Amino acid sequence: MSAIYRNLLGGRSGLIGLAILAGLILLVLPALLDIFRLNLVGKYLTYAFVAVGLVLCWGYGGILSLGQGVFFGLGGYCMAMFLKLEASDPQSTAIQTTPGIPDFMDWNQITALPWFWEPFNNLGFTLLAVLVVPTVFAYLIGLAMFKRRVGGVYFAIITQVIAAIVTILIVGQQGYTGGINGITDLKTLGGWDIRTDSAKYILYYVNALLLLGCILIGRYITTSKFGRLLLAMRDKEDRVRFSGYDVADFKIFVFCVGALFSAIGGAMFTLQVGFMSPSFVGIVPSIEMVIYTAVGGRLSLLGAVYGTLLVNAGKTAFSESFPELWLFLMGGLFIAVVMFFPNGLAGIYEKYIQPYLSLRYFRKRTPSAPPPATAKRSASSSGGLTPSALPGATGRVMKNQES
Amino acid sequence: MTNNDFMLSVEDLTVSFDGFKAVDALNLYVDRNELRVVIGPNGAGKTTLLDLICGKTKATAGSIRFKGKELTKLAEHDIVRSGVGRKFQTPSIYENLSVFENLEISFPRGRGVFGSLAFRRTPDVVERVQGVAEEIFLADHLDMEAGLLSHGQKQWLEIGMLLIQSPELLMLDEPVAGMSVKERELTAELLRRICLNRSVIVIEHDMDFVQRIAHKVTVLHQGKMLAEGSMKKVQADPRVIEVYLGH
Repeated sequence: MSAIYRNLLGGRSGLIGLAILAGLILLVLPALLDIFRLNLVGKYLTYAFVAVGLVLCWGYGGILSLGQGVFFGLGGYCMAMFLKLEASDPQSTAIQTTPGIPDFMDWNQITALPWFWEPFNNLGFTLLAVLVVPTVFAYLIGLAMFKRRVGGVYFAIITQVIAAIVTILIVGQQGYTGGINGITDLKTLGGWDIRTDSAKYILYYVNALLLLGCILIGRYITTSKFGRLLLAMRDKEDRVRFSGYDVADFKIFVFCVGALFSAIGGAMFTLQVGFMSPSFVGIVPSIEMVIYTAVGGRLSLLGAVYGTLLVNAGKTAFSESFPELWLFLMGGLFIAVVMFFPNGLAGIYEKYIQPYLSLRYFRKRTPSAPPPATAKRSASSSGGLTPSALPGATGRVMKNQES
Repeated sequence: MTNNDFMLSVEDLTVSFDGFKAVDALNLYVDRNELRVVIGPNGAGKTTLLDLICGKTKATAGSIRFKGKELTKLAEHDIVRSGVGRKFQTPSIYENLSVFENLEISFPRGRGVFGSLAFRRTPDVVERVQGVAEEIFLADHLDMEAGLLSHGQKQWLEIGMLLIQSPELLMLDEPVAGMSVKERELTAELLRRICLNRSVIVIEHDMDFVQRIAHKVTVLHQGKMLAEGSMKKVQADPRVIEVYLGH
């Protein structure tokens, strides 16, 4: 029991941080926003899955992937294929040359459902495919890259190229994928209309709970020996290798976890927004997702969620009034964060707000006894001002090692 | 003829980088319980020799056998798991982690992905970490961030990170570089203690230190063995004096 408390919830401080986030997305936002805005928040939260995965890959593992949109897209497309087949029953597609297949196939003179679409008639298969297809794809990329010790900038470039290739493939194979428009006009999930307000509420909550689940898994990974090994690898890869670890296996695993999280986000995106298109797969969305993580703090699982919400809220607010300025602003934001706040919002919180809060509110309370080494290290690295409450951080205060 | 009686037998080992032979047809045999010191001028191939044994560099030709097992074809982590530990020239520790965590990460359990996810800090791990910390004079610094240790203490910590794996062959590249006189004495004592029941290969430039610890000395020069034997014998060798000790 105490192990669960410590590793999954991150002790008292981690629990408070998680409770605040859960309260915000499960209670506060649904109470304050109408369903249109809440659905928008739900859409942003699907990006947060990617950002949480990037905290593990990039923040802890030092693996910067500029192609997470691929996994987001694969998850989303798998979901969309099922929904599209359900929406394309012979009655509603009766005016087509070939009734019973998705409309875009009919427009592209395809007369039979392609073989790889067939299994997506089955919901069980679809849900499995959402999880498995992107993870296996990430595994193959990881195997090809990390076993050959490709890393750093080269890995970033290659993932970016993969994002470009997948986008071009989807756009080019219009008859099979829906092309540039994506897969649209999605209506029901097993007969349940996903376009109604009540469905949107339910999907919002499912999405939020899944996100919290991913954060818990992330917590478990980062507080385990695996998490310490990732940090050790980022610092001294050779020392880890010559301590008997197959470094590539660890990188492949964390990259797969990042892909899996992204895929869940992608599938939830399709369900909540009602379509999937290549514009969420390519280079630009992939880099935007890295920016969410950087703004939130790349060593903070909770920070990644706040970063995603904040940047997207800003994007919505600004792009409504100054659409052409937004991209420059976003680029500027990224540069500013990397240069001045390498640990993002979580870093700002830990450095400025937390010491203040701890002096004010937590001075008299004694913290529950945490595991010895970890707790004492965070104390020494933040100059003895470590409070007992650490929302926004994973309970691990790290100095930023690399640029 | 096989030389399986030796802990380590290196035969005809050659590595060539674009035609330059950093190690050239080298033969080297190390016994159990032996502490061997490898000396030689800069560029003699000392560090390359350790790189070859631990798998960091792949040999062009020749064989390296450890307890009769061929190492040249193994992956680095498999070489480590079969019992070979190597300390790098500059202290290579995890600066962000505590001394305790540095040692814990090196503890040989949970070395696979899922093993590391399931790893628990059980009492036997804590006990072993404390035992090793005692041995490397860092028992009072377990909770300290490793990056804050002095240079000499970092060297000890890295040695400790190897000891916790109980390797049968321990290779140390300049273990006393940057240490004070007092720290050198303690290290000499440590090395004499740890070579029991295993083999230790040390690369070192400090001749006083070599004299204090070495059972046998191997002198390398331009990738080849120049001389081998007791410190006294090697020091008297005119060729060694000319290329290395003379100045």
